[in-house]
Amino acid sequence: MSQRNIIEAINNAIDEEMKRDPRVMVLGLDVGKLGGVFRATSGLLDKHGPERVVDTPLAEASIVGASLGLAISGMVPVAEIQFLGFTAQGFHQIGPQLAKYRARSRGRYHCQVTIRAPFGGGITSPEFHSDAVEAQFVQSPGIKIVMPSNAYDAKGLLLEAIRDPDPVLYCEPDRLYRLGRMEVPDEDYTVPFGKAAVIREGDDITLVAWSAAVELCTRAADQLAAEGISATVVDLRTLVPFDVETLVGAVAKTGRCVVVHEAPLSAGFGAEVVATLANEAFYDLDAPIARVCAYDVPYPAGSFEAWYLPSVERVVAAARSTASR
Amino acid sequence: MTAVITKHSILNPDGTLVKGAKPKVGDELLLEMLRWMLMSRIYDERAIALQRQGKYGVFSPALGQEASVVGSAMALDPARDWIVPQYRELMAVVRHGYPLERVAANGMGRISDASRIPDGVNVLPNQVALAAQLPHATGLAWGLKLQKKDSVVMTYVGDGGSSEGDFHEALNLAGVMRAPVVFFLQNNQWAISTPSRRQTATPSFALRAAGYGFPGVTVDGNDVLAVYEVATEAVQRARAGDGPTLIESLTYRMSFHNTTDNPSLYEDPKEREEAKRRDPIERVIKHLAKRGLWGSEIDRETRASVRAEIDAALERAATFPAAEPGQLFEHVYAELPERVRKQRAEFLGES
Repeated sequence: MSQRNIIEAINNAIDEEMKRDPRVMVLGLDVGKLGGVFRATSGLLDKHGPERVVDTPLAEASIVGASLGLAISGMVPVAEIQFLGFTAQGFHQIGPQLAKYRARSRGRYHCQVTIRAPFGGGITSPEFHSDAVEAQFVQSPGIKIVMPSNAYDAKGLLLEAIRDPDPVLYCEPDRLYRLGRMEVPDEDYTVPFGKAAVIREGDDITLVAWSAAVELCTRAADQLAAEGISATVVDLRTLVPFDVETLVGAVAKTGRCVVVHEAPLSAGFGAEVVATLANEAFYDLDAPIARVCAYDVPYPAGSFEAWYLPSVERVVAAARSTASR
Repeated sequence: MTAVITKHSILNPDGTLVKGAKPKVGDELLLEMLRWMLMSRIYDERAIALQRQGKYGVFSPALGQEASVVGSAMALDPARDWIVPQYRELMAVVRHGYPLERVAANGMGRISDASRIPDGVNVLPNQVALAAQLPHATGLAWGLKLQKKDSVVMTYVGDGGSSEGDFHEALNLAGVMRAPVVFFLQNNQWAISTPSRRQTATPSFALRAAGYGFPGVTVDGNDVLAVYEVATEAVQRARAGDGPTLIESLTYRMSFHNTTDNPSLYEDPKEREEAKRRDPIERVIKHLAKRGLWGSEIDRETRASVRAEIDAALERAATFPAAEPGQLFEHVYAELPERVRKQRAEFLGES
């Protein structure tokens, strides 16, 4: 057992899996000597050599498209797209190609490909670097969407992703990369997909989130507790598969719910959460479900970021209002 | 800047050899090529007729491009090499081992596990999101090389597809990785109704290879001997570890884009007439006839045997399993997520 932050947990997971499985390789921009712009692949080039840790040309579509071909050849690629917002330049290779290849070949081929992509706001990065576009991929059946929020899950979910025979989009909360350390086992373990985590139990309201918004909800829950409102926090962990059972169970218990995400409000995955609860937890609800999300405007420059993103204050206000209805 | 483009050719349209040309293909192999070209031509005719009767889906014939399709595919060893097709190379994948009856069953909407690419046949599915197949081919070739396999990947694209961003990304990456891949660009002069001069301001697609650091070759795509030779050379180069080649095969689409298209709205009939004079099949027949290797009897016999083979494949295809509702949910994931399992149960009336 070691204390690790998220970036160290990710690095450890890839390193261990490359030792265990000679088919695993890493490719992307700057993943070699630099170790990635966030250093997630730091040291892997020296440990595993230039055939397995490969700096590619700056071209997202071919990073993903070549990963598909590499997988069919028998390799297990772990591709890095430097920022999730840059998947726009390769989207056609993710949704229409990678996600559908098993179906398009009627099962003759499958794509054991993991795409890692840092994302999210709060670090005043330049344009397109922070966009939380995870919901766009939910409309591409065939790919799994994984959103770790802490170092333990980051390692376990990444090992699960790399070993999954189907493609996985693994979105990393860059704001949390080095926020703190927690106990992360040195040994091999996986966190299964489609199992949401109830990371805090309360009686009055359920806060639902994934990725960096989980950290926000935890802080909001602390504040709410000081006000006498006890909150459950559910971390969905994966959007595809979507753990409806845990979600419905948690919301049924408190009767009230706030969904929090960094993506814009309209048609964000929060809409799916709310629609699902309306259908499956209708008679357990004591108040309308609230959503605290980014606004339906383009991701702004860093100086506007704090106004655009959901904040602890907004989550607390929404929870307070929902709890009192 | 004017680039010099040398077009490789061996057979003239009248079946004579180009001056100084020495074909490396023996008579037996040439006869085999002709038979495959006839298979392609006759299957196209049959599939179009079936489509008109409502028995076959939208179909894109290879009419006029048979030398391109067959000459390139025959440069490959199906046991170790791979084909990553676009969609107008049907006989290339059949020659590579994808049984015609399965291809036909798919065309007839009888799509199931029985009609998929068989295990051990090194062919990827057709691609209609044009040029999206090219990065796959590069990755596949790169991966085979990493695993020290003795394999080459041949992938197909058209003059239209070459305008896509994926074309650039795939060729660039292939050059950087020295991947054992051959990019076979069939310039059939048309992207549906858009002429090839709208795809590039340069006089040649093969020129682009220079920008990727590997050779680009132009070949008379209606000359099966020339296509086979340049393809064989490119395959040997790739196998030797010398990296990719871009081949531009100059041909002509002597039919519609597909069965929904109407070329009379955009094609000058003179162009089609001119193309017919360069017919890839007639050229080989004239060549063989001049050398006493082809005549009316062998012509009749070969066409009859090709027709019989196609008829048998079509008959078997018609007996393939018809579409079943539950197939909607097959092969989406290795294991269906709970949520999708529920949708499946609801759809099938289970609960």
